[in-house]
Amino acid sequence: MLAAHLDPLAASIFSLIAITSMLLSFVMLGSRWLKDYMYAFGIQSWLIALLSALVGYYGHYPELYLIAIFTVLFRGLLLPYLVLRILRRLHVERELHLVVQPSTSLIIGAICVIFALVVAFRISVAIGFPENIVVLALTVMFTMKLVGFLMLSVRHEAISQILGLMLLENGIFLGSQILIPGMPMLIELVVLFDLLVAVACFGVLVRYLLARVGSTSSLELRRLIG
Amino acid sequence: MATYCFIIILTAPLVALAGVLLLRRPRIAEYLNLLASIAVFAAAVPLPFLVQTPLFFWHDYLFMDAFGCWVALCTAVVYLLASIYAVGYMRLLNEDKKLPGFYALFAGFAWSMLFAAFVNNAGVFWIAIELTTLVSTFLVGFEREAESMEAAWKYIIVVSAGISIALLGTVLFYWCGSLVLGPSYAMTWQTLAQAAPHLNPMLLKLAFLLVLAGYGTKVGLAPMHTWLPDAHSEGPAPVSAMLSGALLNTAMLGIGRYLAITNAAGIGWLPRTALVVLGILSVFVGTFFIVRQEGVKRLMAYSSVEHMGILALGFGFGGVLGIAGALYHMLNHSLNKSLMFFGAGNVMRRYGTKEMPAIRRVLREFPVSGLLWLAGAVAITGAPPFGLFLSEFTILRAGFSGPNLWAAVVMLVLLIIIFIGFLNHFRGMYFDKRPETVPQGATISAWGVVPMWLAVIPLLILGLWWPHGLTQIFGGIARMLTGAVS
Repeated sequence: MLAAHLDPLAASIFSLIAITSMLLSFVMLGSRWLKDYMYAFGIQSWLIALLSALVGYYGHYPELYLIAIFTVLFRGLLLPYLVLRILRRLHVERELHLVVQPSTSLIIGAICVIFALVVAFRISVAIGFPENIVVLALTVMFTMKLVGFLMLSVRHEAISQILGLMLLENGIFLGSQILIPGMPMLIELVVLFDLLVAVACFGVLVRYLLARVGSTSSLELRRLIG
Repeated sequence: MATYCFIIILTAPLVALAGVLLLRRPRIAEYLNLLASIAVFAAAVPLPFLVQTPLFFWHDYLFMDAFGCWVALCTAVVYLLASIYAVGYMRLLNEDKKLPGFYALFAGFAWSMLFAAFVNNAGVFWIAIELTTLVSTFLVGFEREAESMEAAWKYIIVVSAGISIALLGTVLFYWCGSLVLGPSYAMTWQTLAQAAPHLNPMLLKLAFLLVLAGYGTKVGLAPMHTWLPDAHSEGPAPVSAMLSGALLNTAMLGIGRYLAITNAAGIGWLPRTALVVLGILSVFVGTFFIVRQEGVKRLMAYSSVEHMGILALGFGFGGVLGIAGALYHMLNHSLNKSLMFFGAGNVMRRYGTKEMPAIRRVLREFPVSGLLWLAGAVAITGAPPFGLFLSEFTILRAGFSGPNLWAAVVMLVLLIIIFIGFLNHFRGMYFDKRPETVPQGATISAWGVVPMWLAVIPLLILGLWWPHGLTQIFGGIARMLTGAVS
């Protein structure tokens, strides 16, 4: 495993990127402005692309450069552009109906981090790789997963839900590039597929707006119950 | 021979899709899709009998084994029935312009499910399942009413979020394997099963539970079932049949494949118990929503939750009996649920409503197909002499002889409640006299009745006679899943 024999400089850079990405997901959690979500997501995607390139360099996986380029193109540029365009068209700037205040959701997020850390630590001990970078990669992967689900459940604007979904997958990318850089073919395909999901989401969204002009809040989606 | 069948199954829907998109004529689209479904069906029927040992294609990325062939057969059956039914049903919507798009998506949806059944790589399987979601979202939202858009939105958000958990599980499986097999390897089901005894059990358990939660969302196991009633009730009836009869089985196939790996690793207890618990929970949720349901298609949808719970119980009870019962149940449920959705679609078109209290005196409107629908209702609750009785009975026998006796008892009680609750709705629709309004809706052509016959006859035959050849096939699959030979 690459993470088991990594030189200290690379390990610290990886850790820095992982921790920054995790903090960016807290930026998404703590803000109620949709544009903030979008910028945080964009920066996070660029960081992950940088991480792929670095892992490719240190671990001698040339395919990862290609994946870095894909990540930047799709998740770093195209998706934020699409989101911005939709934001402009919808005139939605912020979450209007907050189920949970940002401060409260930050605290719940912090609890998620602690939980993720405990799980990650136990796993890394069980498999006999208690290196910091392994624990950190697992922690960040689980945290972003949990925070993504938190965003999906406490935010109601359609845009936040799409970004929450993307956040779920960013976490997996980040973790998998540190833990299993040897799985490139799959990741590559998944990157492409994510874009398709996003495009499909937007397609549904736009059609939905055609059917019921006005609100994009999922609080309005309450016809089908029981 | 088997190879030719394989090629036909994976190319026919694509040819139909391309033809529909090129010609863009509604009538041609109908028949192209119908032809493709007939070809797929003809090729899929002999497959489970032909494939004794797995065959590999395209650098091991695709393969045919008995389990995959069986699921593909179930998919092909539903695809054929739904394609016949769609011809009549979609004409009633009077939207000829949108029909080519519909049939293109329909064939694409069928292809994605057939493809998933033959994938031999855990990562590509994830992609195939994601593909089924993407295609079917647009089928669910096809009618573009506010309700269908709501259903489509919930469907894509809930299922994508769920599937991303399965991706995390897949990544952990790969990582788990990379500790033994080295950093780069092809993640085929065989490699994982062979390496399983050397993998770290704790990580393997965690990864399996994540995969179970992820694909369980797609299967519609409670408590991840929330998208299912909406998507099944708001799509057009042929799409509901495909979602319920084919898609859920395909996702279950994934869980079964991972189950084989954990069984090979010798840590089968936790995964099986998790399946039993989710199964009981699904049957429970299904029961209570069936009893107090008002929408006719939502009734069928919750019945799907219930039957997926029963499938999970079959795999969870394990052993040859449990797995054979579950596999038999897949085919029976595919046939029966198609029949139910077709009947529901006919009734909805005639009465112009989805609400059961407004649907009365069905037999006066549908003297023949009404009887078929009623027979289907009796069958879906697990009453003899239909196929579901045999398969549920087999699963119960597995439960009573295994360590999870409590689950079998609870399942039995819930099945009795479902029998009463489900048939009570049908009693209302068939024999209640109160509102004496004459429905003004469309007349149903033979396209809407023939597939019901085609579903009810095999269902009856499968209930009276368990084909001998199937016992061998199921035995082989059960040996593979329980890790005796991998």
